[in-house]
Formats: sequence, C-alpha cells, structure tokens
Amino acid sequence: MSDRRLAIGPHALDVAELVRLVTGDEPGAHGAVVTFVGTVRASNLGRRVIRLEYEAYEPLALRAFAIISDEVGQRWPSARVAFHHRTGPVALGEASVAIAAASPRRNDAFAACRYVIERLKQIAPVWKHEYFEDGDVWIEGAVADPSDEKAREEAFRRSCA
Amino acid sequence: MRVTILLFGRLHDLAGTRELVRPVPAPATVASVWQALADEFPAVAPYARSMSAAVNADFAKMTTAVADGDEVAFLPPVAGG
Repeated sequence: MSDRRLAIGPHALDVAELVRLVTGDEPGAHGAVVTFVGTVRASNLGRRVIRLEYEAYEPLALRAFAIISDEVGQRWPSARVAFHHRTGPVALGEASVAIAAASPRRNDAFAACRYVIERLKQIAPVWKHEYFEDGDVWIEGAVADPSDEKAREEAFRRSCA
Repeated sequence: MRVTILLFGRLHDLAGTRELVRPVPAPATVASVWQALADEFPAVAPYARSMSAAVNADFAKMTTAVADGDEVAFLPPVAGG
C-alpha cells in the first residue's frame, strides 16, 4: 500500500503537509481540522531525559496505521486522518508523532484525532528507548493486539470523553 | 525448515541481535518458534506473557502456522507516540 497519509521513518514531521493531505482534495469540504503533535518531554517518571530513540517494525507499523485509519472510517465516516511517526533519535521538544484529522464538524475531527493517538499507542509496533542522565531504559506500554475489542473500546471511550 | 526471527526493543538487547535465521522442526507455529528462541536465549523467556507477534509483517497469534522461509517477529509491549 502506498498512501502518503500514513508514514513512518526518520524524517522530521511536517504538520502543514498532514493538513494538506486531509483537506487538499476537496477544498471547503471540511469545516474542522484538528492536529496533534507529540513531542519529547524533558522529564519522565522523575528522570531527566536527554533524548529518545524510536525503533519500529516499519512494514507492520504501516499495517497498524492502515487498521487505525480503517477504524476511524468506520466510527466517523465523514472524517479523514493522516498521521506520521518518526524513528531514530529525537531531541527534546522535537515531534515524534503528528496527526491531522478533518471533518465537516469539529466533534468528529477532535474525536478522530484523539482516537488515532490512543490507538497508535495501543497497537503500533514502535518502541521508545529513553536516554536519561544516569542511564537508559526501554519504555514498555501496551501488548499490541489489534483484535483486542476491550482496548479498541477504551480508545473510543477516551476519544469521546 | 528455516525461519527468520526479528527482535525489537528490549528483546533485541536481551538476545544481542535484531535478526537471526534458525532451523525449526515442521510443522511450526509462532509458539514453537518462540520456544526455540527462549531455549537459546533464556533471558527473553519472561516476555512470553507480554509480547505479541507478527508473521510476514502481519499481526499473528501464538497459534499461527509458520512456513519455511517465513519472517517471524516478536514484539515486546509497544510504546509509540
């Protein structure tokens, strides 16, 4: 699949490009565009973070991104989403993930954008290696299972909270 | 039969490699490939309860069949975003 809306790689993220990707085809069709940018935080669990390094299983990450995009299409048929994730070293304050969601009305755009980040954290095969002042640690979050209905419902619930 | 095993995150640190090719007896499943890996690298064994897996870059279950030449990936808990 070659879909520029979904990407993962070492390149810096471009929110304006993501906005174009969700709005460019039909000018005026969308009354709302919501963006989310996740950036590297200087402290985590009391540790002073120096940088993060992201590792991904890229072909499977694109598969996960396509699953998430399809789920958005089922929940919010009027919404369009685009999202890119970065790999490799990412400095403090730089973006590691960026999402754009467009919809005719704001509720669906906000919900779809939130759903993408919640779901991405659940199932995208991406790992975060945190380098801090006194050492390094792999951050481990969710067990990636796209067929876990409870996780999917939890992401949906958070999106509409 | 031979399979390629991909390891990510802390799993690759524990095994000391990201990719290895290993013979496994047929018929194989994701679970039997994992067992072979855990026999060779006992340090990965605690991940049996928290890892997930993929075969040929698609999500798989422990019961998924594995064929000669397949690429089997083991994924520790993910942390994107």
